[in-house]
Amino acid sequence: MTIQGQLGQEQIAWRAAQDIEDGAYVNLGIGFPEKVAAYTIEGREPIFHTENGVLGFGRAPAKGEEDWDLINAGKKAITLKPGAAFFDHATSFAMIRGGHLDVAILGALQVASNGDLANWRVGDKGVPAVGGAMDLVNGAKRVAVLTDHVTKDGKPKLVEACTFPLTGVGCVTRVYTSLAVIDVDIANARFVLVEKLAHLSMDDLQSVTGAKLHVEGDVGELEVPELS
Amino acid sequence: MNKRFATAAEAVADVFDGATVMIGGFGGSGAPIELIHALIDAGPKNLTVVNNNAGNGHVGLAAMIEQGMVRKLICSFPKSKDPKAFTDRYLAGEIELELVPQGTLAERIRAGGAGIPAFYTPTAYGTELGEKKPTAEFDGKPYVQERWLKADFALVKAELGDPYGNLTYRLAARNFNPLMATAAGKTIAQVSRLVEAGGIDPEAVVTPGIFVNRLVEIANPRQEEVLNQAEARYP
Repeated sequence: MTIQGQLGQEQIAWRAAQDIEDGAYVNLGIGFPEKVAAYTIEGREPIFHTENGVLGFGRAPAKGEEDWDLINAGKKAITLKPGAAFFDHATSFAMIRGGHLDVAILGALQVASNGDLANWRVGDKGVPAVGGAMDLVNGAKRVAVLTDHVTKDGKPKLVEACTFPLTGVGCVTRVYTSLAVIDVDIANARFVLVEKLAHLSMDDLQSVTGAKLHVEGDVGELEVPELS
Repeated sequence: MNKRFATAAEAVADVFDGATVMIGGFGGSGAPIELIHALIDAGPKNLTVVNNNAGNGHVGLAAMIEQGMVRKLICSFPKSKDPKAFTDRYLAGEIELELVPQGTLAERIRAGGAGIPAFYTPTAYGTELGEKKPTAEFDGKPYVQERWLKADFALVKAELGDPYGNLTYRLAARNFNPLMATAAGKTIAQVSRLVEAGGIDPEAVVTPGIFVNRLVEIANPRQEEVLNQAEARYP
């Protein structure tokens, strides 16, 4: 079935940004999750971490102003905010694995109701590349995922068990999708619906979700501004 | 004491066939391009290379791979804007890949330099990258045993160096460089400026000279990204 009025990536990123607290240390995955930084809430100051050894970076520099010694994990040029710090790779992953990072936000191929995440490899073809994803999902205090609710050909990305190679087991605690915000109750291996788009019925949402959506108390309305 | 070498060519001249070589940098940031190109000129074969990536374009590590010098690559992310040099050889079965999660790669190198033969990490538990490795539970949580990583040579890029081998780094170009400097039999550093003893504030030293065997001054070093934008090739 076709779902009308799905959220775009900017809107999913906006919604995820609402949950980032003042002073939180945050790592945003390469690509889609990087968009979260643009929607930092006025009055809150998260500190962004990148695996290659920077805390406290800011926006991309103007074209022509790049310094290629100053990049993020996606190899894009960045700028520093006052109070930034550099460190080596072992220290960087001590921050991650040691539980010092408050939030890691990643993309996903599949998320299972037991919190398993698959996001690094589709099958056994081509060149595998993992980067820091497996460290991030095992280290951050909170691991959130941003994703379209279904694949391009309409298959659920929220499933009972991942079929793609795993990035980590029992690690994802919240999923922001194009249709809903869903918590993962890892201990009981179940998805708990937090918010859904107002125009979407429970049945329609369940029909595009590969595992049962549990409801505890009120389900909030997923309200997001128009964003380009 | 003088660790200074006049040229990059002299500094890498004894890298032998079959050696394991750590190369610093994350993408182009902190990549010792001039040392890598000197190594290409020297031409040792069957190298095992440890780097976070697998080269980009046709310079630096990518050029080493194109020259057929690399038998095996140990890295976390063998993809880039232009990964053709590695990808073609990997898909043809001409180069071996040991894929390591980035934090595990960093810690394996750190452990190698610190004399710790193995350690446990939660990373990769329950995934195909943790398969066939010993596991253990600590305080109710499962962990994977990983082993140290050491090399015959490390090629690193630093900003300031002094005759004792003390090094500082520039911006985010630090990344793997200080770790690799500790984990190799011979650490070879290219520095953008060689200063007199006392020219680096001891409080600002990142890599103490005990870890560094050779220094070459390369003023105004080239950036991989800038070379790639100019579609440069080496040799």
